[in-house]
Amino acid sequence: MRKLLMVSAALAVTASAGWSEAIMPASVSFDDGAVASSISGQPGDPEAGRLVMNKGAGNCIACHEVSVLSEWPFHGEVGPALDGVGDRWSEAELRGIVSNAKMMFPETMMPSFYKTDGYIRPGNAFTGKAAEGELEPLLTAQQIEDVVAFLLTLKE
Amino acid sequence: MNGFNGGLLSALALTVGLGGVATAEPDDDSLTINGEIAIVTEAAAPAHLEYVDTVYSGWRFRSDETQAVQMDDFDNPGMLGVELGIEQWSAVDGSEGESCASCHGDVEDMAGVKAVYPKWNEGAGEVRTIEMQINDCRKTRMGAEEWKYNGGEMTNTVALLASVSRGLPVNVAIDGPAQSTWEKGKEIYYTRYGQLELSCANCHEDNYGNMIRADHLSQGQINGFPTYRLKNTKLNTVHDRFRGCIRDTRAHTFSVASPEFIALELYVTSRGNGLSVEGPSVRN
Repeated sequence: MRKLLMVSAALAVTASAGWSEAIMPASVSFDDGAVASSISGQPGDPEAGRLVMNKGAGNCIACHEVSVLSEWPFHGEVGPALDGVGDRWSEAELRGIVSNAKMMFPETMMPSFYKTDGYIRPGNAFTGKAAEGELEPLLTAQQIEDVVAFLLTLKE
Repeated sequence: MNGFNGGLLSALALTVGLGGVATAEPDDDSLTINGEIAIVTEAAAPAHLEYVDTVYSGWRFRSDETQAVQMDDFDNPGMLGVELGIEQWSAVDGSEGESCASCHGDVEDMAGVKAVYPKWNEGAGEVRTIEMQINDCRKTRMGAEEWKYNGGEMTNTVALLASVSRGLPVNVAIDGPAQSTWEKGKEIYYTRYGQLELSCANCHEDNYGNMIRADHLSQGQINGFPTYRLKNTKLNTVHDRFRGCIRDTRAHTFSVASPEFIALELYVTSRGNGLSVEGPSVRN
């Protein structure tokens, strides 16, 4: 499966002349909960990832405390604090956790940020109405990569 | 488990030295309304709860300022709804020339009624919320139009009935003919809905006491409904609150007065058996 994906990613690179397409959520290959290579086909931008941590995007700090983001108030305490997370996890592990943490921690409360199916009564964003058509993942492939790049900067 | 996690997290919060409130548990305040109605805000969990030892009113998770508003009826804006409810109680309506008071007398005599709803109705063969019972009275006894389930007249009357039961223990029956409805509500409570895949239990059983962004998560007890929320400055119904919570999981919610919310109301009410009826409570 993984080899197949790498082949198709390589083909995508070839087809689009250097700009590789993102791996679709259903096609991401997890190995013990980790994802080996970029799902967007591009490197992540830690500065862009920093912004995704806030409300309006990933809203990671709703549940996690991050000291270097203390300019934004009200960090949650539902999940573990993320200080030093770049030392505790590899890039592939962080990519897996941010994409779909349930692959590594089946019971976790953490939402799956790069997944589009398997939901019970999915809604149309926060309207309370039923979703129409295909769902978008909570974050784009590039936003996932950007968050991973930011998390890797969080060293003790 | 919650205590361990909460303690660990607040220890981390102190180490990290972030701003904000890192209160990981309900506070130790006690609630007496008007200096005379003692409210039980902490009780041994009912036997059916598997993962919680102690149940707490949501009042215990609110700031001192918010708590104070509920301690005196002259300060509690929810009591304005109760006053309107008092007027409605004796107002004749419908083809039969009756008011609530025609049959039920002084509303004070209804003390204890709210504490046992939702409740199995043998004649109807269904679990009824107090709203359903009020509308049944209006239709069959008064010959009056049914009120909108979560409309102002209904909510004010529910607030009135709650207010005369304040201080009495919530005690809904979950066995016998109500059991299948209760089981259905329990299943809903533990189902992870929506694109965020969150169940009621994720926040209100596993993480009460923790902060989620700026919100101090409570146990989600509903003994204080109808609840006056400072956020929207009105009395809020249980089903509207359920709807808001499920909407926030990016889910397609159930409807007000749906069988699902009736079942969930019975189940969640039963999680607070032993706490006092507190409505109309005040929350943020």
